[in-house]
Amino acid sequence: MISTKSRTRAFLGAVAATAMAAAMPTASAADVSFAGQTVDFTIPFSETGGSARWAQFYAPLLSEHLPGNPTVVVRYRPGGGSTTGANWFQDNQQLNDGTQIFGTSGSTQFPYLLGDPRVRYEYQDWIPLLGSGVGGVAYLSGDLADKWDGTGDNLQDEFFMYGSQGATSLDLVALLAFKLIGLDVEPIFGVEGRGDGRLMFERGETNLDYQTTPAYISNVQPMVDQGLAVPLFAWGSLDDDGNIVRDPTFPDIPSFAEVCEANSVCDTDSLGFEAWQAFFTAGFPAQKLIYLPGTASDEVVEAYREGLRDLMARDDFTEISEAALGIYPQLIDNGARNAHRLATTISPEAKQYVLDWLEEDYQITLD
Amino acid sequence: MDLIATALPALEQAIYLILQPEQIMYLIVGILLGLSVGILPGLGGIAGLSLVLPFVYGMDPVSGLALMVGLVAVIPTSDTFSSVLMGIPGSTASQATVLDGFPLTRKGQAARALSAAFISSLFGGIIGAIILTFFIFIARPVILAFNIPAMLMVIVLGLSMVAILAGRVPLKGVVAAGLGLLAGTIGTAGAGGSLRIASYDYPYLVDGLQLVIIGLGIYAIPEIVSLLRQDKSISRDGKLGEGWMTGLQDWWQNKWLSARCSILGVLIGTIPGLGGSVVDWIAYGFTVQTAKDKSQFGSGDIRGVIGPESSNNAKEGGGLVPTLIFGIPGSGSMAIFIGGLALLGYEAGPHMVRNNLDITYTIVWSLALANVFGAGLCILLSGQIAKITTIRFALIAPYLFMIITFAAFQSSMRLGDLIALVAIGCLGIFLRRFDYSRPAFLIGFVLSYRAENYANQVYQIAGSRFRRSFEMGMDYIATPLTMTLLAITLLSIVVGIRQSKNIRENANVYTATKTAPALFLAALTGYTAYAVFDASGITRTGDKIFPIIVGLITLLACSALIVKMFMKPATDPVFMDLEAGGDDGNADHGLWGTLMWLVSLVVLSSLAGFVIGATLFLIGFFKYRARLSWLWSLIAAAAGIGFILFLASSLGRDFPPGLLQAYVSLPWPLR
Repeated sequence: MISTKSRTRAFLGAVAATAMAAAMPTASAADVSFAGQTVDFTIPFSETGGSARWAQFYAPLLSEHLPGNPTVVVRYRPGGGSTTGANWFQDNQQLNDGTQIFGTSGSTQFPYLLGDPRVRYEYQDWIPLLGSGVGGVAYLSGDLADKWDGTGDNLQDEFFMYGSQGATSLDLVALLAFKLIGLDVEPIFGVEGRGDGRLMFERGETNLDYQTTPAYISNVQPMVDQGLAVPLFAWGSLDDDGNIVRDPTFPDIPSFAEVCEANSVCDTDSLGFEAWQAFFTAGFPAQKLIYLPGTASDEVVEAYREGLRDLMARDDFTEISEAALGIYPQLIDNGARNAHRLATTISPEAKQYVLDWLEEDYQITLD
Repeated sequence: MDLIATALPALEQAIYLILQPEQIMYLIVGILLGLSVGILPGLGGIAGLSLVLPFVYGMDPVSGLALMVGLVAVIPTSDTFSSVLMGIPGSTASQATVLDGFPLTRKGQAARALSAAFISSLFGGIIGAIILTFFIFIARPVILAFNIPAMLMVIVLGLSMVAILAGRVPLKGVVAAGLGLLAGTIGTAGAGGSLRIASYDYPYLVDGLQLVIIGLGIYAIPEIVSLLRQDKSISRDGKLGEGWMTGLQDWWQNKWLSARCSILGVLIGTIPGLGGSVVDWIAYGFTVQTAKDKSQFGSGDIRGVIGPESSNNAKEGGGLVPTLIFGIPGSGSMAIFIGGLALLGYEAGPHMVRNNLDITYTIVWSLALANVFGAGLCILLSGQIAKITTIRFALIAPYLFMIITFAAFQSSMRLGDLIALVAIGCLGIFLRRFDYSRPAFLIGFVLSYRAENYANQVYQIAGSRFRRSFEMGMDYIATPLTMTLLAITLLSIVVGIRQSKNIRENANVYTATKTAPALFLAALTGYTAYAVFDASGITRTGDKIFPIIVGLITLLACSALIVKMFMKPATDPVFMDLEAGGDDGNADHGLWGTLMWLVSLVVLSSLAGFVIGATLFLIGFFKYRARLSWLWSLIAAAAGIGFILFLASSLGRDFPPGLLQAYVSLPWPLR
């Protein structure tokens, strides 16, 4: 368990460091007021995606809980699979008065982890404020139900098709998971969203798919009830120590780590699994993060943290966030810092492993 | 019956919910907002919806729905204004309307064209709602029958419309469509991410060209420049001919055509993944093919307005089906709509139709009601708004330049957007001048991405099935649905080729020397050859096969044209050059001098930022081109800048920054 241990150690180190930081006298947020100001909440995506929905959910709530109730406007800077907007944020770090915040997603983290040539941004320059996670469930066609015993060992001779948005998108997590447990999967690339992938599954054009939690519950569960689909595994969640545990939304569905343990070719100590875990974390439990520019003053940072603490402490938060965010923890303070750390670090070996796999299996290179 | 037993109470509940005064008020607010945003060329439903989303959170669900639905419903209605009045396709939904709507305007029949378009929209919207009310129960199996081969066939059917729109010299239509398809492949490949034409050193093209910029460049800029050169009003004789009542009568005479196109619109709109991009072209093609007298199409036949406009509002209703029962957005504005539903606490999906049927019907019928209000209002306004076509165009053009530049910049907020706009604008000017079908180019561009993706996917899926057994493969690709679509496509091509000479933008042939048309063709051939060469350097087969095949076919058509140019005399239509005569040839102002005004706006913006640049541009234009007095120039410029500032601040948009802004920190809006 070398890899998992080293990640856990890094995680505990981070906890210790932040605990010490918390013990020191912190800057006071009391003097900061955003009254009459406009906060630009920029996301590197267009108006139509999941990130827009997430940002539109948070914008009015931030406005309500920040001192002075500034107007919070969501601004869109799409392009380059979100690298254009992130590069823009990197170039606009000088604004230190808290009127500029930036929201990333897994699609921003992945190119950074892979060393995509378009990436000119540096996550470690930014100050993380909030982390939002989500889960996902992989499922296969109902006619293969008999061959699924929780390990995938009986599926080695089957041939799978999977509708994919691209091997370097969030689908990387799914494709790598299938590879690790030895499934023979041919991805059908060029699918425009997970919804279209699901439709291909429903039409019988593919026989393997995954959906994020809200879509799984509303669209796949009915198929499972009718025997048309069988859940394989949920990606899982991270506990406070950084271990992969079952997704709290799906306590009856094993996590991918459990399936990997039970499977005869997959090994949770392998480099492959370490790489999977890095991308899984950046793509799911720490999918969306809100950042302030690195130059923001301590008072401004503290004002935001306090506002977010107030927001999370609202009695009705679970209720109002359920439809927009699902029932996943919204991480603030240390939780956000840890999510940021885990979502933006990868060992050079694990990175090389993924790059080699992408080139070998899909002829995809990043230069 | 079970169906009626479930549907009727929910329908009653929905009507009760909609007809509350408060909901009607929100619906009207949404409609008014939608009309104000949609009337501006290049800004559509997405800009409008993101404007209201911040307010939707926390609203009571039915009011929030009314606001959003009101907005979505009128976008394909209001963007008709710019299509008909200026020849600028307001959004994908109104591209085909330009073909006959704008020529009618030039003849002074703007009010007639507008009111016919709006009554068709209204009718289409209602037909859409009626069909949806029942279709929603049986839609699931119908939608699932559209597998990828079937969707590919619908795309091919859309492409086959090129045959009918190819223009006087069909080969030129093929070249234009091929170039459109190639333009659509620029940037990262959908499947493997290989770069085509683009390079990471110049990141702008990596994302490909945006539809807004192509639409404005190919249509808006050539038309604005051409009108401006003649220094008249849009209506050729400066008068308004037939009024809006005539348009209503026109529609009544073609009510069955309108009904057929509406049904077509709902059905095609229902198929997820097509996003309504083909609906108006297919409706236009259908209208032409079923018409008896085809001589006026392309130069101002009212049926060419009624057909596509009946289908595009019905399509919005159809687009609700995949949105609501599969949770899959049929278009960009539907994607935001789903997001808005989530803010109101509803998750789109099969259970929404089952458990919240009343809410579902509220959406469907709010859409119909919004269509009635929106289109009704537009009909009443059309007589007044049509008067804009009698104003001296030099007073309108600078505002248009400013708005399209602003709209183009919204697609990726980079200076590259403005450069691309000018570059595509030049291409558009040449395509128009040498009589290459611009609709064919646009169809190619719009359908390129999907044509490539679906073709690759079908190849992959069918391939793996054929490897297992021949029957499995045939079962997949040769379904009755795909075969029917194939038959319709073949029929449409045959009918189209036979009739294409009747449908043309320019009635008269003007030719001058062989040199200019030959040089332009050489440039197009050179680009195509380069695109093929560029694609052949890609290692990943799936990413290069489409541009190579399309490029080779285009090259073949180019070669055939070159041969034709050698064989024919300089008076042959193949050497058509609008500069040789007619409106353009006899215009008061030169082509390049006029285009320079737009270039000056872009250059000034890139130096001093958009607001300062546009201010200087407007003052300069009004003073030196429109020849107003200093006082009036300043007033007119101030009005324009005030408007764009108001627009940007209420939509929450930024302006293009220039070189100045890189050195000096300025407050909004100068930032």
